[in-house]
Amino acid sequence: MVLLSILKRFAWDTQELAKYSLRLGRRLFTRPFYFMEMVEQMYFLGVGSLFLVVLTGTFAGQGLALQFSIELADFGSKNYLGRVLTISIVRELGPVLTGLMVAARVAAGVTAEIGSMKSSEQIDALTAFGVDPIRKLAVPRFWALLIMLPVLTIICDFVAITGGYLIAVYVAHISASAYWTNVIHKLTLGNMVIGLTKPFLYAVIISTISTHMGFSTEGGTKGVGRSTTDSVVACSITILFVNFLIARLVTPLLKGVM
Amino acid sequence: MPLPAGPAMIRFETVSFRYGAGPVLSNVSFHVAPGETVVIFGISGSGKSTILKLVAGLIRPQAGRIFVNGQDMSQASESDWRQLRPKIGFVFQGGALFDSMTVGENVGFYLLEHTDKPLSEIEASVRQTLRFLNLSEDLIDLLPDSLSGGMQRRVAIGRAVAAVDPLIMLYDEPTTGLDPISTRAITEMILKLRDVKKVSSIVVTHEIADAFEVTDHFIVLHDGLIVFDGTGAEMLKSTNEHVREFLAPFIDSVRALTASFD
Repeated sequence: MVLLSILKRFAWDTQELAKYSLRLGRRLFTRPFYFMEMVEQMYFLGVGSLFLVVLTGTFAGQGLALQFSIELADFGSKNYLGRVLTISIVRELGPVLTGLMVAARVAAGVTAEIGSMKSSEQIDALTAFGVDPIRKLAVPRFWALLIMLPVLTIICDFVAITGGYLIAVYVAHISASAYWTNVIHKLTLGNMVIGLTKPFLYAVIISTISTHMGFSTEGGTKGVGRSTTDSVVACSITILFVNFLIARLVTPLLKGVM
Repeated sequence: MPLPAGPAMIRFETVSFRYGAGPVLSNVSFHVAPGETVVIFGISGSGKSTILKLVAGLIRPQAGRIFVNGQDMSQASESDWRQLRPKIGFVFQGGALFDSMTVGENVGFYLLEHTDKPLSEIEASVRQTLRFLNLSEDLIDLLPDSLSGGMQRRVAIGRAVAAVDPLIMLYDEPTTGLDPISTRAITEMILKLRDVKKVSSIVVTHEIADAFEVTDHFIVLHDGLIVFDGTGAEMLKSTNEHVREFLAPFIDSVRALTASFD
């Protein structure tokens, strides 16, 4: 009985999200377009997340490099650290980590902001003044994230690989040239296509879910808290699920160019 | 009760609305004449705010017809509503000012969004609105959070008025929870808009004494049904149990107030 009610709720939420996605999609390429709001959101969502992404990327790259260098040393393949690290970071860790970090920071912020506006009737006020709330609030956030998330992912990849370099050279005692040669060897078209397709999809996921959750907020302050938590959880799970789908469906197709 | 035959600025004909499973309004019919102010009373959850949202097109009725400024808006498209909304000023419960914008940006919101007027012209218009409503021009650069509740509601009225000259004003509990001075100031604003701009208004309120100052046309809602529609004197004499129940705590003060008007 409980399972049935959870399934019903899930089906209802999915249907509402799909309806909202269509409404959002119809407004993405039509006027009016709030350009200045988009620029503001690019700063808030993108530049505001930079420190978090750099910090996460550096520590993740270094941690991964430490673990791999110990394992590879057992096989006498320490020099391949750059290759293994690049594949892991560019294909998986960089996009997923950036997506999850931005989801935690941005989805929470966007849902809480729009949810608070909903509960204080500011969304109704926008409509009453002839302004489409989705166009004004969701569309600029969508484009801002679509532009900024790939940029953040590239930065995360770069600092993670650089963090790995520090471990490779100063802890694992691999030569810098061996490390960078292996890194460049694995910066292939296939790896980069996979690594840079993901952030675009994650941007769509984060912006659509977080704005939808904000607009669906009900129940005052408590409702805002609930929507915010649900938004972060839904974004994170969807990102991990889509990441799995890409690994399962897309990666084999690009095997020839990896 | 049959609706009057004369011209109407707002007319509801057997309008029903439900949220999810529960009916909020059932077969509601009433009429607001041009330039007239109507006060809607009712306990919380009786459907008062829903009527205002229906008039502004923020929600759509499931049954019945709604005429606004002579147009049947029951099945109107969003673009029809976009054309009509500039003629409707909506003062939300609590003000609903945009908290990331200054008072000036709030009051000039409509002009900033929908016109190509230069900023200097919009600022002049904002200042004129603030003066018209006896609000200090020094407020213009402040954020809503730094204003008192009463001041926020007054700015919200300013925002609704500054759009264009509205034909209709909708007030959702404009004085609830405010001190007597703020309440007085808002009541005066409503009277000024009624008398100077000749707008038709619907005021949803629990403040009975203030209501008697702004109009003599009252509607009482109970559980989504109109249980009274008439003048103040008729309301005081009403034998309807819900009207009597609603008025009971205030009956002496209202009688004293109406006697003072006489």
